Amino acid sequence: MMRLPWFNYRSPKSVAEAARILAAEGRDAMLIAGGTDLLPNMKRRQQTPATLVSLRQVGGLKDVVNGRGLTLGAGLTLSEVVNTPALKDSCGYRALHQAAAQVASPHLRNMGTLGGNLCLDTRCLYYNQNEDWRRAIDFCMKCNGETCWVATSSKRCMAVSSTDTAPALISLGAKVRLVSAAGDRELELNDLYQNDGTEYLTRQPDEILTAVSLPDLSGWKSTYWKLRRRGSFDFPILGVAAAVRAAPDGTVLDARIVLGAVSSRPLMTEAGGLLLGGKLTDEAIAAAGKKATSAAKPLDNTDLDLYWRKDVVSSFVGYALREIRGDDMSATRLRIMRQL
Amino acid sequence: MSVVTDKEVQRRVHMTLQVNGEEIEVSFAPYKTLLEVLREDLGLTGTKHGCELGECGACAVLIDGEPLLSCLTLAVECEGRAIETIEGLAQGTQLHPLQEAFADLGGAQCGYCTPGAVMTAKALLDKEPSPTSQQIKEAMSGNLCRCTGYQQIVESVEKAATCCRSAERGAA
Amino acid sequence: MSAKRPLEVVGQPRRRVDARAKVTGQTLFADDLSMPRMLHCKLLRSPHPHAIIEAIDISRAAAYPGVKLVLTGKDFPVPFGIMPVSQDEYPLAPERVRYVGDSVAAVIARDEKTAEEALLLIEVTYRALPTISSPEEGLAQPMPRIHDYGEQGNIHRNQSYEFGDVEAALANSDHVFEDLFFYEGDTHMALEQQASLASIDGDGKLTLATSAQNPHYLHRQLSLVLQMPASQIRVIAVQNGGGFGGKCDPAGHEMVVSKAALMLGRPVKICLTRQEVFYQHRGRHPVLMKFRTGVTKDGKLTAMHLQTLLDGGAYGSHGPASTFYTGVLTPVTYELPRFKFDACRVFTNKPACGPKRGHGTPQPRFGQEVQLDKIAEKLGLDPAEMRLNMATKANSLTSNWLGIGSNGLAECIRQVVERSGWKDKHGKLPEGRGIGIAASTYMCGAGVSIYWNKMPHSGVQLLLDRSGQVTVFCGATEVGQGSDDVLASIIAEVLGISTSQIRCVTGDTGITPIDLGSYSSRVTIMMGNAAMQAASRVRELITAAVIEPLETTPEQVVMSQGRVFAADDPNKGMSFVEAVVLAETKFGTLGTVGNYSPPKPPGKFKGSGVGPSPAYSFSACVVETEVDVATGLIHIEKVWIAHDIGQSINPVHVRGQVIGGVYMGLGEALMEEQVFRRLPAKLSNALVHKIPSLLEYKTLTSADMPEVEVMLIEEPDPNCPFGAKEAGQGPLLPVMPAVANAIWDAVGVRIDEVPITPDKVLRALKLKRAGKNPRVGPEYFPDVPYPEPVFVLPPGEGGDGKESKKLESMPANSLAEVSTS
Ligand SMILES: Cc1cc2nc3c(=O)[nH]c(=O)nc-3n(C[C@H](O)[C@H](O)[C@H](O)COP(=O)(O)OP(=O)(O)OC[C@H]3O[C@@H](n4cnc5c(N)ncnc54)[C@H](O)[C@@H]3O)c2cc1C
Ligand code: SF4
Ligand code: FES
Ligand code: FES
Repeated sequence: MMRLPWFNYRSPKSVAEAARILAAEGRDAMLIAGGTDLLPNMKRRQQTPATLVSLRQVGGLKDVVNGRGLTLGAGLTLSEVVNTPALKDSCGYRALHQAAAQVASPHLRNMGTLGGNLCLDTRCLYYNQNEDWRRAIDFCMKCNGETCWVATSSKRCMAVSSTDTAPALISLGAKVRLVSAAGDRELELNDLYQNDGTEYLTRQPDEILTAVSLPDLSGWKSTYWKLRRRGSFDFPILGVAAAVRAAPDGTVLDARIVLGAVSSRPLMTEAGGLLLGGKLTDEAIAAAGKKATSAAKPLDNTDLDLYWRKDVVSSFVGYALREIRGDDMSATRLRIMRQL
Repeated sequence: MSVVTDKEVQRRVHMTLQVNGEEIEVSFAPYKTLLEVLREDLGLTGTKHGCELGECGACAVLIDGEPLLSCLTLAVECEGRAIETIEGLAQGTQLHPLQEAFADLGGAQCGYCTPGAVMTAKALLDKEPSPTSQQIKEAMSGNLCRCTGYQQIVESVEKAATCCRSAERGAA
Repeated sequence: MSAKRPLEVVGQPRRRVDARAKVTGQTLFADDLSMPRMLHCKLLRSPHPHAIIEAIDISRAAAYPGVKLVLTGKDFPVPFGIMPVSQDEYPLAPERVRYVGDSVAAVIARDEKTAEEALLLIEVTYRALPTISSPEEGLAQPMPRIHDYGEQGNIHRNQSYEFGDVEAALANSDHVFEDLFFYEGDTHMALEQQASLASIDGDGKLTLATSAQNPHYLHRQLSLVLQMPASQIRVIAVQNGGGFGGKCDPAGHEMVVSKAALMLGRPVKICLTRQEVFYQHRGRHPVLMKFRTGVTKDGKLTAMHLQTLLDGGAYGSHGPASTFYTGVLTPVTYELPRFKFDACRVFTNKPACGPKRGHGTPQPRFGQEVQLDKIAEKLGLDPAEMRLNMATKANSLTSNWLGIGSNGLAECIRQVVERSGWKDKHGKLPEGRGIGIAASTYMCGAGVSIYWNKMPHSGVQLLLDRSGQVTVFCGATEVGQGSDDVLASIIAEVLGISTSQIRCVTGDTGITPIDLGSYSSRVTIMMGNAAMQAASRVRELITAAVIEPLETTPEQVVMSQGRVFAADDPNKGMSFVEAVVLAETKFGTLGTVGNYSPPKPPGKFKGSGVGPSPAYSFSACVVETEVDVATGLIHIEKVWIAHDIGQSINPVHVRGQVIGGVYMGLGEALMEEQVFRRLPAKLSNALVHKIPSLLEYKTLTSADMPEVEVMLIEEPDPNCPFGAKEAGQGPLLPVMPAVANAIWDAVGVRIDEVPITPDKVLRALKLKRAGKNPRVGPEYFPDVPYPEPVFVLPPGEGGDGKESKKLESMPANSLAEVSTS
C-alpha cells in the first residue's frame, strides 16, 4: 500500500482563518481541497508539505452567483460544476462544461475541485513517479535533482500544464480571486500561469483561490476538445478550447483559441486573431489550425508520440471550430472522446 | 520541504465514523486514508485497492451517497459523513439487486473490482433508475476491470435497474 | 455403468459457486488476511539496472524503532526458478542486481510505514556495470554476461527445428512471402497486487497464504530455498484477484516473508505496490519475428520458415518454454506440410518476461495472421475463404507432430463471417472503415509437467457423508476463471445433484491433492477429468448400494436432480441423501479419488514435449473499425468472435472468458506496452520502466470497450470432460491480427507491430500519400547465431516422430518469385 508521509492537519472554518495559517506556516504548508492531485503526489513524495490546510470546512467556497456573468466558488467539485444549470444551458459557457465533464474519472470529478484543477501541479513522466523510481534516474530539476531529463540542456523545467478547465476558462475570459492574509486581488486567469514547470503559478504560496468569475457571454459559443488515450482517467495530452462571438451573418467578432497540455502553461494562441472579420469557412478554420499548431511545443514527457501530438493540433482546432460553426460533430465527439 | 518527525503529529486520532449506518469509534494514525482505516482499523476488507493513487476505482465507496475513492480521502476528513461500503449493501441475507445481477450474469469474475464497481453502480441507480448502456459505461468508466471486458458488468447493471424498477412498481 | 440422461448442470447458465462471496465483499484475497501479532515487510529494490553489490550496511535500519528484522541476500544462499533448467533467481540479490527493481534487502517491522521508513536507512554500495536494453544489444554485446549460464554470451536459449526440407519446398512454391513483425511486451496487470502472509502454525509448520496460480510449484521451490522438507510447509493459494500468468512464477517476496516468519515466529505479511507488480512482471515477451512462407497460386501453404527473437528480461522464468511457444502452435490452424522454426531468447536488464495469457503464442499468431492477409490480398483471394480452404481437420497430425483431436476452426470462421456480414463488408466499406479477420488455436493443458515426472497432473478427492454433504478437494487454483465452479459442476453432473450441495476445497498444498496449477489452460480438462473419475467411482459405490432396495440393475440406475432411481420405474427411488446413507452403510466411510495424466504425445524428438496437448481450442474473430485519415485515430466499432469450446460447462462464464479475452486482446492491439527508457548515456546509466502505473500503462476502460458478439461452437472433444475445452486464453489470440487487418481494409496501411497506435497509423498514411510502402513495422532482423536444426520428417512424409538425418535435397530449380509484402 502506498502511504502518505506524516503531516500536520489543519481545518480552518473560514478563508480568513485559512489565510492566517498559510501566512504563519510559510512554504511548509499547502492547501488541500479535493486532494486528488496533492495526495497522489504526496504518496509518491513529489510534494511533502509539513502541514495540510484543508479547505473542506471553509465556508463560502461553493457559492454560485449567477448575475451579469457567473461566479463559481473554487470549492465546487467538478461534478458540481458540470451540474450547474447556468453552464449546462449556455452556449457561451459550454467549453467549461465540456472540459469539467472530461476531467479524470467520475469518482475523481466527485472529489476534485475547480480551484484544485486550476492549481493542478504540472506533469511529466519523469516526475509523476514513485520516489524510488525517481531515485533510479537521480531525480530531476523539478524535485530534488539537477537535470531536466526531457531536455538536458534546459535551464527550466518543462513539465506540462495538464488542467482541462484552465484552457476552457481562459478562452471564456475568466478572472480569479486570490485571497491572502495581506489582502485580496482579482486577476485574469491567463495571468495566473507562467511558462515554467516548477513555478507554474503566479499565485503566492499564501494566497487562496476563492472564486472564478466569468463575464456575460451571451452571443458567444464555446467548446472544448480533449485528446487522451482513453475515454476516462487520462490527463489531456492536448486540449483545445475555443470561444467565438459572431455577428448574425456569421462574421467573427471575437475569437479565442487556447491550447492545453502543450506547454507548461495554457497557451493563448494567435489563431483566434486570424478569424476576426471573416467567416468560419473551411479555409479560415484550416488557417487557424495551422497557426495554432505552430504554437504547440509538445515534448517527450507525456503519453504518445510528441510529433504526432503536434501533427493533430490542427485537426482538433478544426473539430472545435466546426462545432462552433454549427456542424454536427456529435459522432466525432463520441468516437474520439467518448463524450455525448 | 521539511520532514515531519514531531511525536505530537504522529499521535493517533480518535473519532466516530458512520459506516453502513452504524456509528463506530476508531483510532488510527493520522496519515491514513479512509481506505486504510476501513481495511486495517475496522477490518472491512471488502473495499479493495489496486493502486492507491486514484487510477483504478477498486477502492470506491459511497460517501454521502456519492461514489468516491477511499484511497484519496483522508480519514480525518470523514467525521460526520455517511460512509457506505460493500459490506453494508445486502439487507440481512437478502442481496441487493445489483449483487444478484453481478452474481448471475458474470459481472464478477475474479471479484476484485466488484466491490468498487457495485458501489459505483448503486450510486448511479439511486440517481438514475433507467440508465442507457452509454450512461452505464460512462458511470463505470472509473472502475478498471481486468477480467470481464465490462460487457457483463454493463449487462448486470441493466438487469439490476430493471429489477429495482419492478420492485419499486411492486411496492407502489 | 448407469443409465444415460441429458445433461442437467453442464451447459446450463448458472450463478457460479463463488459468486455470492464476491458480490458481498466476503471473498478474502491475500491482502485481506491478517493475524494477531502480524508484522509487515517491505523490500528495498535496486535503483541500478545492472550492478555489483559491493557492500550493504543494515545497521541503521535494524536499529530503527519498530523494526524487527532486516534480511539481505546473505540469508538466502539457494537460488530458485520455475523451470529446472533456469534456477537463476534469488529472493534477495546476493551480489548482483540485474534490473531496476531487483530486490536487495527486506525490512520486517511492526507496520508497513515503519518498514518503509527503515528502508531508506539501508546503505548499499553498488558498482555499476554496462547494461543491455534489447536482444539486439545482447547479441552484439556478449560481455559482460547478465548470467554466467545459458547458451553463450547473453543468449539464454537458442534452438532450431525443421520438419521436412523447408528450403526445397519454398523453392518449389509459386510465391514466397517474407515479412517482419514485432510484438511489444506487455504485462498482466491483474487488478489485485500480489500479497503473501507467512505464519507458523501451532504445530510448528510453516503456512504461506499467497496470491499464486501454481501453489504446487511454489511449494517445491519454497522447500528448496528454505532448505526445509516440503511436508513442513503448507502453501495456500488464496482467491486471486486475477492472474493471467502473472502469479505463475514462485516470487522472491514469498520466500522472504516465509523466512522472516520462521526466524521471528510471528506472522509476516507483504503486499506489493503497483510499481512492484510491474517489476515482478513475467509478462509477454517482446518478440521480433521473420516469416518466410511459401504458397501455391490458389492460396495453400507449402512451407514456412519462422524465426523469432525474444527479449527475455533479467531472469529465466518460464523463458525456455516461452521460447518454444513462439513457434510450436503455428502449424495447428492451417495445413502446413513443412515447417522450420528458429528461436532465440536473450537476457536484458529489465524485469523478467514469462507467461501471459496465450504464453508465447500471440506474437507469432499476430505475424502469421497478418501475413495471411497480405497473401490473400496479393493472390486476389478472400482472406476468410483462403483460411477456410486450408483449415486443419479433426483427428490429424501437424507437420511438427501435434495431434489435433476435435476441431471447430472451420465452423468458427463460418460463423464470424456470417454474423459480421463479412461478404458485404470486406473491401466494400467506404474509405476509413474496414473489417478484418483472423483465427487461432490454443492448448488445453500442456502435455508434460514443468519438472520431469510420471505422476498425475491433477488429483481430486471426494468425501461424502451421511448428511449428503459432498466435499471435493483439489489443488486447482481459482484465479477468477471459475475453476471452483467447473469442479463443482462436473461432480454435480455426475452425481445428479446441484452445485450448491458441493463444498470446494482447493489450492491448498496442505490438504488438497496435487494439481499442477492454473496455467496453460489445463484446469478444466485435467482437473475436470480427474473429478469425473472420482465422481464416477462414488457413483459406482452408490449404485451398488441402491440396486438391492430399488430391485434393479446397475445399468438402470439414474442419479438426477437430487434423486436416485431406476430408469425403467422412476417412481421407485430415493433421495440422494438416502442413497449416500445406504452407501456409507454398505461400504463404510465414503471417499474416492480421481486423477489425470495427459496422453503420450506423438512426437519423439528432443523438445517434442512443448506443444502437445490433449485437445486444442479454436477461435476466429472479425473486427470492424473506423480510422480517421487526418489523425490516425482508431475506433473499434464491433468485434465478432466464435470460440470452439467443445462444450460449455457454464455458458455465462465461458462467454465472460471470451469477452475478457477480446478486451485484453484489444488492449494489446491498441495500447498496452511494457516499455523502458534509457537516459542519455553520457549523463546516466539509468534504464527504467517508462510507465509503471495504472494511469500510464493504458488499458481499456468501460468507455472504450466496443460491443462484442460471442458465438460458442460446441464440438465436444473426446479427451475432455463432457467434451469441454478451454476458454481462458484462446479467445485473446485472434484479436490483435484482426485489428491490424481491419485497419488495412479501412485505410490501406499495414502496421506490422503492436500496439497499433494512431501515430503509427498516421505515419503509414503519410508514406502512402507519398507513394511509398504504406507500412510501419520492423525494418530488419539481426543476424542470430541459431544452431543447426533438429531435423524431423513430418508425418505426411513417412516420419516416425524421431529426429532423423536431413536427406540431401535436390537443389530445386526455383520457380518462386520472392515478394516482400
Ligand atoms: C488518475 C487521475 C486522473 C486525473 N485526470 C485529470 C484530467 O484528466 N484532467 C485534469 O485536469 N485533472 C486530472 N486529474 C487531477 C485532479 O483530479 C483534478 O485536477 C482536480 O480537479 C484537482 O482538484 P483537487 O481539489 O482534488 O486538488 P487538490 O489535490 O486538493 O489540490 C491541487 C493543488 O492545488 C492547490 N489548491 C487546491 N485548492 C486551492 C485553492 N482554492 N487555492 C489555491 N490553491 C489550491 C493545492 O495546494 C494543490 O497544490 C487527475 C487525477 C488523477 C489521480
Ligand atoms: S520537464 Fe524536466 S525538470 Fe520538469 S519534471 Fe520533467 S524531467 Fe523534471
Ligand atoms: S486504489 Fe483507489 S483508485 Fe486504485
Ligand atoms: S472481475 Fe477481476 S478485475 Fe473485474
